[in-house]
Amino acid sequence: MRPTVSELFIAFATISLSGFGGVLAWSRRLMVEEKRWLTPEQFNETYALCAFLPGGNILNFSVIFGSRLRGPLGGLAAIAGLIGPPMLLIMAIGAVYAHYGDLPALRRMLTGVASAAAGLLMATVAKMAQPLFRRGAVTGPAIALITFVAIGVMHWPLPLVLAVIVPASIGMAWVRR
Amino acid sequence: MKTDGGALVTLAGFFAVLSLFAIGGGNSAVPEMHRFSVDVQHWLTDRQFADTFALAQLTPGPNLIIVALIGYHVAGVAGALVAMLAMCGPTGVFAFFVGRASDRFKQSRWHVALSHGLVPVTVGLIASSALVIATTADAGLVTVAITLTTALVSYFVRVHPLWAFAAAALLGLVGLV
Repeated sequence: MRPTVSELFIAFATISLSGFGGVLAWSRRLMVEEKRWLTPEQFNETYALCAFLPGGNILNFSVIFGSRLRGPLGGLAAIAGLIGPPMLLIMAIGAVYAHYGDLPALRRMLTGVASAAAGLLMATVAKMAQPLFRRGAVTGPAIALITFVAIGVMHWPLPLVLAVIVPASIGMAWVRR
Repeated sequence: MKTDGGALVTLAGFFAVLSLFAIGGGNSAVPEMHRFSVDVQHWLTDRQFADTFALAQLTPGPNLIIVALIGYHVAGVAGALVAMLAMCGPTGVFAFFVGRASDRFKQSRWHVALSHGLVPVTVGLIASSALVIATTADAGLVTVAITLTTALVSYFVRVHPLWAFAAAALLGLVGLV
């Protein structure tokens, strides 16, 4: 069943509003398991393509998926569903923060959440880094470490660092094969 | 909160360029957002940046929604819309065209080299995000403990992130943070 433009909007709005801390898991559940708009293979293939493209993976996913089914309008409906509702929500949150952000209790709660969020990122990184070591190569971990030092520790500008490290890393991956 | 055109142009330019370098999704662009909005433009203090990250994590939807909140902080609703449009517009159009042409692209040697080359860079970028958020949010023993506990628990146990956030917010509410 090919979804209509409004079904695309509603589907991506649903995915967006159910996804805390990233929406990948929810998009797979809805698209593959519930609606059966994509087979698991099609989902992986489309998602892998999106991981190479600049910008948010899931945003690219929505554009590609929506436009393949319903043309440019479908792509627009999908990305609007994905970012429209959380944008309204976060502007309301921003307004509340602008007024009450200095309340001591709220301050302490947000500091706690930010500390926990940092911990979550550390766990994500640890999981993502495992395959780099498993291949027995030194290059992957070395590239990750150099990127971390340049951006995280030295605070160098991202475009400059990527302009050097990305061609080097892709070049080494090309030669290694 | 100022709504002059200069700030909007700066927001649009920064996020449009950043979107092209945001490989691996929203969280890998966080260090550059921090560098630019705190160190270069002085739009936000360290504390406000950590709060902004925490609020974006608490909002359902794509991680990139933090862009709208930074924009909102700088120039209100117009700032949020401009920042988000700049972050999603150019890459969305790019994804649209790549999506149409992509069938010739998959399984090629370039595809594999790109993937193997980009993954370690992404790992280094997300590790940098974790460090930037931890150093802006963690100000004492309790916050450091929250970060490390969350990292360990979510690495070893499959637990929904909201539980970690709720526990950390509770610690803040009762005044331990």
